[in-house]
Amino acid sequence: MAVSTSTLILFVIIYLTATFYVAYLGYKKNSQTEGYMLAGRGVHPAIMALSYGAAFISTSAIIGFGGVAASLGMGLLWLVFMNIFFGIFIAFVIFGPPTRRMGLNLGAITYPEFIGKRFQSKFIQGFSGLLIGIFMPLYAASVIIGAGRFLETTLGVNYNIALIIFTIIIASYVLKGGLLSVMYVDAMQAVLMLLGMGFLLVFTYSKLGGVVEAHQALTSMASLVPQALVDQGHRGWTSMPALGSPIWWTMFSTIIMGVGIGVLAQPQLAVRFMTVKDDRSLKRAVAIGGPFILMMAGVAYLVGALSNVYFFKTTGMIALQVVKDGNTDLIMPTFLNHSMPEMFVALFMLSLLSAAMSTAAAQFHTMGTAIGYDVYQQSIMKGKSTATVHVTRLGIAFTILVAVVLAYILPISIIARATAMFMGLCTAAFLPLFIGALFWKRTTKAGATASLVIGSLSSLFWLTFVHAKEAVPLGICQAIFGKATLLSGTWTVVDPILIATPLSLLALVVISLMTPQFSPEFLKKAFRLRFEDEEEVSESASHKAVESTGV
Amino acid sequence: MLVLGIEDPQIWLAYVFCVLSALGCMIYGVLNWKGGEEEQAVKSGAQRTTVQDQ
Repeated sequence: MAVSTSTLILFVIIYLTATFYVAYLGYKKNSQTEGYMLAGRGVHPAIMALSYGAAFISTSAIIGFGGVAASLGMGLLWLVFMNIFFGIFIAFVIFGPPTRRMGLNLGAITYPEFIGKRFQSKFIQGFSGLLIGIFMPLYAASVIIGAGRFLETTLGVNYNIALIIFTIIIASYVLKGGLLSVMYVDAMQAVLMLLGMGFLLVFTYSKLGGVVEAHQALTSMASLVPQALVDQGHRGWTSMPALGSPIWWTMFSTIIMGVGIGVLAQPQLAVRFMTVKDDRSLKRAVAIGGPFILMMAGVAYLVGALSNVYFFKTTGMIALQVVKDGNTDLIMPTFLNHSMPEMFVALFMLSLLSAAMSTAAAQFHTMGTAIGYDVYQQSIMKGKSTATVHVTRLGIAFTILVAVVLAYILPISIIARATAMFMGLCTAAFLPLFIGALFWKRTTKAGATASLVIGSLSSLFWLTFVHAKEAVPLGICQAIFGKATLLSGTWTVVDPILIATPLSLLALVVISLMTPQFSPEFLKKAFRLRFEDEEEVSESASHKAVESTGV
Repeated sequence: MLVLGIEDPQIWLAYVFCVLSALGCMIYGVLNWKGGEEEQAVKSGAQRTTVQDQ
């Protein structure tokens, strides 16, 4: 069912007006670098949680992974559990507080700067900035593609035009308003996403006759799984794939471990811990973050899997057969457009736009600050240039351009893969050293450097030469060695994360133990606990600036 | 055993864990909404004492 253009135009106008108004509120509060980069370190816990959740959950999760759930089944619900447990609880309660305090103690305003200052290494800052600047556009491109595909199927707009318009709108408020604008808009969008997904859940279950009935119908469809998938271990949409089969490995290593645990080391999310006032705000934010993820990822994967029941009832085909070329990226949009009432499609379109916009905005801000601030200003100019916000804006503009170009050239069914790939790379490169930075004082500069370099290079090596899903389409291995992958058998389905992360961790521990640790004075400064009264003094400059604008 | 219309325990357990973990997050956050404030005040006082001792 297509949405009538006039309804949609009305919705979009209201939505965009609200977006720009909220972005403007954020912009008015930003009066200096720390405001542009870190939202002034005084953000309300609810805004932080919603912004974190909205940046975390994107069209990748809803359209990309929802489509994957339609193909592989409800085993993806483990990913939701991992997202809530690791992505919210462990992240906010275990990783958040020390990140926030240390960021403040060391005066860091970006993620690369945080780890760079913690290990007193400009190389670490520059290298991680470069890693983010080069590979995050890939993830950002997959988010833009998700939005473009949805606009294409819903509005019938030309896909290429949809991509450009979407990007320009986000770029305008990220460039102008900085992180506070981004977070305010995120929070508003998160509320819309909650409404949209809540309705989707209720509607889908009621359309299929109730919770138990819907699940039962899906269970009874196990015999309809295409033979090609059965051969790879698929045992029905309400069963886990056969243990050790290629699908099981994909689900387990790439999706559940990669995206589930990888989220802890995501620069665009970790930086949000540094935006709140105190540790208590982080603990409070858990109350909103957990249910938010359940309503986003949980509902998307459930509905994705259940779309098979709907399609089978109405067309006699499973979801994969309904869409063109079996492109999983098209399953969720097709399901929504076919099954939902017109008004809902319009509302849901805004929810999805919100999901894509909030994630893309966070990515644009992070990759822009990485290139503009960490790589150019701090590493190349050695901190001499003072036009931080200006340079960062140039960095943002440049990386957005790269993401858009990538969005045009990436192949189909790429959304979930590009997301998993970026998260896997971040996990291998950043997770061991991030843990070392926060919890192991014995970690040394050499240990952290080795971990970062070995983690990122081994991850890249594995996906270029061994992991078939990337190695085959990339073709580099074929060109150099004359064969698609260097290893064969199960190795080709084991995600880089399972190889590179242990190597990175090993490098961190072994090299740290072999090299001299940081001076007790420095460690004392970095690990210093902070309390409210102290923070008020140390942050007075940024707070005064915020208060004086009086929004 | 069929739970929620799903036979495979690895799937319905995932379903149940998702809901329970989200509920757990809500309870944790709400408990800290008030409790955290007192704890913070106590810690703050304790810190001052330690500083004076030094």
